[in-house]
Amino acid sequence: MDLTTTITGFVALYIFMLAAFTGYEIIGRVPAILHTPLMSGSNFVHGIVVVGAMYALLNATSTAEQVIGFIGVLLGSGNAAGGYVVTERMLEMFKPSDKNKTEKKA
Amino acid sequence: MNSTQLFIDASYFAAAFLFIYGLKRMSSPVTARSGIVVAGVGMLVATLASFLYVFGVDPAAQAHLTTNVALAATALVVGTGWAWWSGKRVAMTAMPQMVALYNGMGGGAAAAIAAVELLRVNAAHETVPLVVTIIGALIGAISLAGSLIAWAKLDGRINGTWRMRGQQLFNGTVFLATLVLGLYIVFAMHGHAPPAIIAAFFVGAFIFGVLMTMPIGGADMPVVISLYNAFTGLAVGFEGYVLQNPALMIAGMVVGSAGTLLTLLMAKAMNRSVANVIFSNFGVAGEEQQGEIKGSQKAAEAGDAAINMRYASKVIIAPGYGLAVAQAQHKLYEFVKLLTDAGVEVKFAIHPVAGRMPGHMNVLLAEAGVPYDMIYDLEDINGEFKEADVAVVIGANDTVNPAARTNKSSPIYGMPILNVDQARQVYVIKRGQGKGYSGVENELFFADNTNLVYGDAQKVMVAMIQAVKSLDGGGH
Repeated sequence: MDLTTTITGFVALYIFMLAAFTGYEIIGRVPAILHTPLMSGSNFVHGIVVVGAMYALLNATSTAEQVIGFIGVLLGSGNAAGGYVVTERMLEMFKPSDKNKTEKKA
Repeated sequence: MNSTQLFIDASYFAAAFLFIYGLKRMSSPVTARSGIVVAGVGMLVATLASFLYVFGVDPAAQAHLTTNVALAATALVVGTGWAWWSGKRVAMTAMPQMVALYNGMGGGAAAAIAAVELLRVNAAHETVPLVVTIIGALIGAISLAGSLIAWAKLDGRINGTWRMRGQQLFNGTVFLATLVLGLYIVFAMHGHAPPAIIAAFFVGAFIFGVLMTMPIGGADMPVVISLYNAFTGLAVGFEGYVLQNPALMIAGMVVGSAGTLLTLLMAKAMNRSVANVIFSNFGVAGEEQQGEIKGSQKAAEAGDAAINMRYASKVIIAPGYGLAVAQAQHKLYEFVKLLTDAGVEVKFAIHPVAGRMPGHMNVLLAEAGVPYDMIYDLEDINGEFKEADVAVVIGANDTVNPAARTNKSSPIYGMPILNVDQARQVYVIKRGQGKGYSGVENELFFADNTNLVYGDAQKVMVAMIQAVKSLDGGGH
């Protein structure tokens, strides 16, 4: 496969470092009430692995590679779809409570 | 072909942006819902774009292209379909094990990418990518095996913990052997190892993941799941480097670091280190070390307890996982509304590890419609128990055990707890006389100001609602 970009040693390290700080900053400010949906949400995000598995499977040349690639895509897509559905279901329940607040005040 | 690659690269860039932006929005309750949708769009874009790989496959793979595309489409449909179906119908109480399962699948996928990479016979393997492949494979396979065990334990498919003498030595040996195989593949075979060796490496990593997770008790599982979540993120990031795919690198590493931080936060909430969670034999030694508990357990009727609360001025409720198991959160909120209508001040006190995951209890209460402003974290509410007339413990045990404060020999000593014992009157709603998840006896149940209301939480709540209703309905 003809790759237009190559990510070599230090460029990779820069990407990893900046991404690591990004993740740290995002989570650091999250209130405890959102920890479960957030864990599930970050679990969804690494479902992007399915894209890598797609690449592996589409470039497979032997039966062994095909079988393992198939399993990879199967698992990866399960990770992505499952993570999404579950996170969305949880976050949907976290409704702003202003209705209850006004009720209380009244 | 270059324009195709450009389109793929642009899609991945968009995906990486949408993931970070989505996660950012997920960090506030107000925008959280839109955050996951934003991240979802990113996933959709990236996955669809990856089908464009067909225009640039390896010449060697050209002959297999039709089969491979069919396989990819099938795997996508089956994997997505199954996960969608299972995710839609899983109960909120079972959420932690479901997250563990999906997470394990991600780890497995990362390991699969590594395996395909290692099996590629005619590839010119360079040392650095090869080392990264192996590390990613190791972490991914451990995450897969560990997550499966965590899922099975939380789902009640494996009961208790499994230990043996010299286990840590044995685990260490398995890990070392796996590592040696990995080094052998990289440095001796330069990535052209026979499939049997590669298989042995993966089997070793998988077995180590099982061995590492089996001795860890159910109460510690949330920390472990979070750790494996971070593991999978790292594995995905590493395999992303191997595949030269920045979207995988960024998404994987963001999750890797976020997951690590979340793991540390959880362990801190339990007043333990991550190493302690993973390597200590929590809960085994408990039985011998426990001191004699003085006093006796006093039972109370649900109706009497309810009326007592109806005439209290301040009630704090400490719910635990047992509440959710009994599916009693809706009835509980109905009862709470009766109390607040009668002018009682009611607050919910949430322990950081209430439920099976930090924040799990908030999800369960939100499901029942309990508004935010009634729910308080441990630090915010612990000072208020002294002023409370009644504290109600429903389906919680270890998180309200005063031994964590007082008894140095207790396995849960040092864990922050809700100080329910400081309330004037404590009611504990409980199925029977069993111990908590950690297997530790609870002194609170024997305290002078504690009464136990035995029964299924849902039935108890119904009885309480009736008691208050008949009182107020009958005129006073």
